[in-house]
Amino acid sequence: MSQSEITICYIIGAVLFILSLGGLSKQETASRGNWYGIIGMLLALVAVTASEEVNAYGLLAIALVPALIIGWTLARKVQMTGMPQLVAILHSFVGLAAVLVGLGLQLDPHSVAGLTPIETLIHEIEVFVGVCIGSITFTGSVIAYAKLDGKMSGKPLILPARHVLNLIAFIVTIWLGYQFMGHHEQSFMYLLIAMVLTGILGIHLVMAIGGADMPVVVSMLNSYSGWAAAAAGFMLGNDLLIIVGALVGSSGAILSLFMCRGMNRSLPSVILGGFGTDGGGGETVETPEGEVTAVESEGATELLKNAKRVIIVPGYGMAVAQAQHTIAKITKQLRGDGKEVLFAIHPVAGRLPGHMNVLLAEANIPYDIVLELDDINHMFSDTDVVLVIGANDIVNPSALNDPNSPIAGMPVLEVWDARNVIVMKRSMGAGYAGVGNPLFFHDNTSMLFGDAGENVDAILAHL
Amino acid sequence: MLIGVPKEIRDNERRVALVPQSVRELKKLGFDVQVESGAGETAEYSDATYEAVGATIVDNAETVWSTSDLLIKVREPKHAELEMLKDGATLISFFWPAQSEDDLNICNAKNVTAIAVDCIPRITRAQKMDVLSAMSNIAGYRAVIEAANEYPHFFTGQITAAGKIDPAKVLIIGGGVAGLASLGTAKGLGAIVRAFDTRLAVREQVESLGGEFLQLDFPTEDGEGSGGYAKTMSEEFLKAELKLFAEQALEVDIIITTALIPGRPAPELITSGMVESMKEGSVIVDLAAERGGNCTLTVPHEKVVHHGVTILGYTDFPSRMAALSSRLYGTAVVHLIEELGGCESFAIDMDNEIIRGCTVTHEGATTWPPPKPQNPGPKYSVDTGERPVDETKQVPEATEEDKRSALSIFKPILLALTALAIVFVSSNVPESFLSHLTVFVLACFVGWQVIWNVTPALHTPLMSVTNAISGIIIIGGILLISNEMNATTVLGMAAVFFAAINIAGGFLVTKRMLGMFRK
Repeated sequence: MSQSEITICYIIGAVLFILSLGGLSKQETASRGNWYGIIGMLLALVAVTASEEVNAYGLLAIALVPALIIGWTLARKVQMTGMPQLVAILHSFVGLAAVLVGLGLQLDPHSVAGLTPIETLIHEIEVFVGVCIGSITFTGSVIAYAKLDGKMSGKPLILPARHVLNLIAFIVTIWLGYQFMGHHEQSFMYLLIAMVLTGILGIHLVMAIGGADMPVVVSMLNSYSGWAAAAAGFMLGNDLLIIVGALVGSSGAILSLFMCRGMNRSLPSVILGGFGTDGGGGETVETPEGEVTAVESEGATELLKNAKRVIIVPGYGMAVAQAQHTIAKITKQLRGDGKEVLFAIHPVAGRLPGHMNVLLAEANIPYDIVLELDDINHMFSDTDVVLVIGANDIVNPSALNDPNSPIAGMPVLEVWDARNVIVMKRSMGAGYAGVGNPLFFHDNTSMLFGDAGENVDAILAHL
Repeated sequence: MLIGVPKEIRDNERRVALVPQSVRELKKLGFDVQVESGAGETAEYSDATYEAVGATIVDNAETVWSTSDLLIKVREPKHAELEMLKDGATLISFFWPAQSEDDLNICNAKNVTAIAVDCIPRITRAQKMDVLSAMSNIAGYRAVIEAANEYPHFFTGQITAAGKIDPAKVLIIGGGVAGLASLGTAKGLGAIVRAFDTRLAVREQVESLGGEFLQLDFPTEDGEGSGGYAKTMSEEFLKAELKLFAEQALEVDIIITTALIPGRPAPELITSGMVESMKEGSVIVDLAAERGGNCTLTVPHEKVVHHGVTILGYTDFPSRMAALSSRLYGTAVVHLIEELGGCESFAIDMDNEIIRGCTVTHEGATTWPPPKPQNPGPKYSVDTGERPVDETKQVPEATEEDKRSALSIFKPILLALTALAIVFVSSNVPESFLSHLTVFVLACFVGWQVIWNVTPALHTPLMSVTNAISGIIIIGGILLISNEMNATTVLGMAAVFFAAINIAGGFLVTKRMLGMFRK
């Protein structure tokens, strides 16, 4: 393929990727959007493989084929509840690939041949920036994966003076970058040191982030992985890489912004980590006290039977218990009895943006009865029963009326306005954010303790 | 502490302030309770049921009034009743302090603390004591039942062998608690229900109950006044409103009016002309009758028939369901007493927002109206059960603001750095880099625009597809691989390997997820 043919393929590929992202913004066009992406990717791969620069097909196949199979199997096998972990680990691969490309380019003796000094300088900046962003993405995503997978505690790790530490790491990285310039003997060593340092920075940044902020972090890492790809594009002078990287980077940034709005927090305060930052996190928060009304599954079923409108609020607990299928059956039964059943989804329910929507869709729950926070909050006052399944922070009234609460100001589902609230929970423990929940002590709240999966099974049996 | 419950003496009042169940709860809190003989009779609670839960039955009203420390009744007391109260006693009842200055003076003269249940502030915490909403709800329900009683047709439409019966058309004016309760009840009976309210926020609530919200052909003017109540509207607005009602009067069979503006006589919305234009057999229920009525022809407390149209001006709807309304009233009062500290630590805590709001006389001085809260309440329509949250909500927002302003110091620095970078770049760098930069900036904006409207439900699939797409970095890896077996090739192969996992995994997982979304 000639250079101009390749360029045309790149242009078409870029358009397809844009259409792909555009298609994914609506339910009706989403599936088509995915296909655009696949076609765009194939086109780009074919074009680059057919270019004159690539001739080591055997080596390429050795690297490519097993990887495709591994990726395919991973994606086929993953449980929908394991989705957040998978997405996080995939982000880390992009970061890792960006690092490898940067290092490889640096070691390639031909890369700077025939460049003017200023071009060499720019090239070096690109390599350096690419490696650093890639490294942050890689380690950050690995930590995010470990936290989501439960391999690591979800509690934020707050080192003293962590902002200062971050700032120092940042300044040192810039200094290392300055040392790295000039393509001399020690260049590569400085690059490696910078890589390690930014890797540690990535770990530290994500370690400091608390559980409830995880969806934002995953989305931010998504954005970073885009910027890493864009940086690689600059190094290689490849426009397609730049376009796609920028698309992914900016769209990830927007997603994060949306989610921050959903939690009434500013983006910097989330990125800098430490749930609730210095204001609320450190102080002791008043633990709510009072008497809790417990209820058995029979009692809960009675309430459901007598209700006209039921709203189900799913949280991460539902995902853990794999309860969505039974809930779908309960929903069907209740709707069959002429009751109105709605689902209320908080923007940060679960560990991934839109996590709950995916799980409910998996269980065949029609998406038009699944409503967002703003659409459903006014409806609670006219609801007979709210069923909270494994959710805690997103239904915590102290977000609205306790200024000392670490989640103060976060919009929450105002379930306590309903006539009855049934909360399914394993124990009286605090939520992922480590905040006590006064909702459990409300007069109209009944607690249904035990494993969410067993409890919904029991309710279905009683129905 | 001795609680007294006298018999209600106002006309047509069948409710009783405490039902046996509430008495039992108060006994548990440590109170002694005495009930005037026959107090609960009209509400279907006999003296024996009170005795069964440990209340003392007292034969004459005077004993109840003059010996109780805490007197609980439903309707605003008459002067003669207040005169009997013992010095320093506490009274819980409806009071309407705005209309009863004399009563306030009598209470002050006797050092009586009067707690007006009609003045309980409408905040989240006080919902369980909100007697007004509880009574409005009952009134709204009963209004429909009374209308059905007078209306000589079905509410629901039917197709029978003997012919087709059209459903009744009901117009509800005012979408507060009562209006919405009427709406739900009429809808439940099968009628076609329309509702009108000057507050636009009510629209959604009306629609959520299956009613049709009537809108004026008029430039938007929101009729939401302070505390979620309606306010008086402009002249032109009223004209447009009356025109709408006149048109509706020709069509509907039943009109239920619930329009009230705090502290003013009820607005006149249904003229005699409109009544005459209605079909014979139609019914108007005027829930605002006590305050003059929304219909010109309403006679408070009475049923009148004009041109074949029945106009109900009853003012005792909750009292017509005395057993239920007494029970709800009693429960609310028990909650209020708990808020007052129960028996052991009974106290008038003027720092408690709820207590401050409903205490109208205390220690010989009138404490009504309470000072205005400093923060204007959030904009909610109160009567509908959708509650403003406590004012404390404002506090965290302020601190968040501070944090933001702290961060905003960085903004100018960032801008300055960017400007410097642009100057450096434009003067020094080669053409090729600039063209890449152009592509980069444009692509950023495209990404920004394309994603802007994404539905939150699709965030996860979107993220996994962008993740798959960012596997495009594989191109970087591919370009590094050459037949020379050196470090660059190895690193390139590794990059290809990881990026390829990402591509295959990302697209497949997205496909799986999207396959599950269906309507």
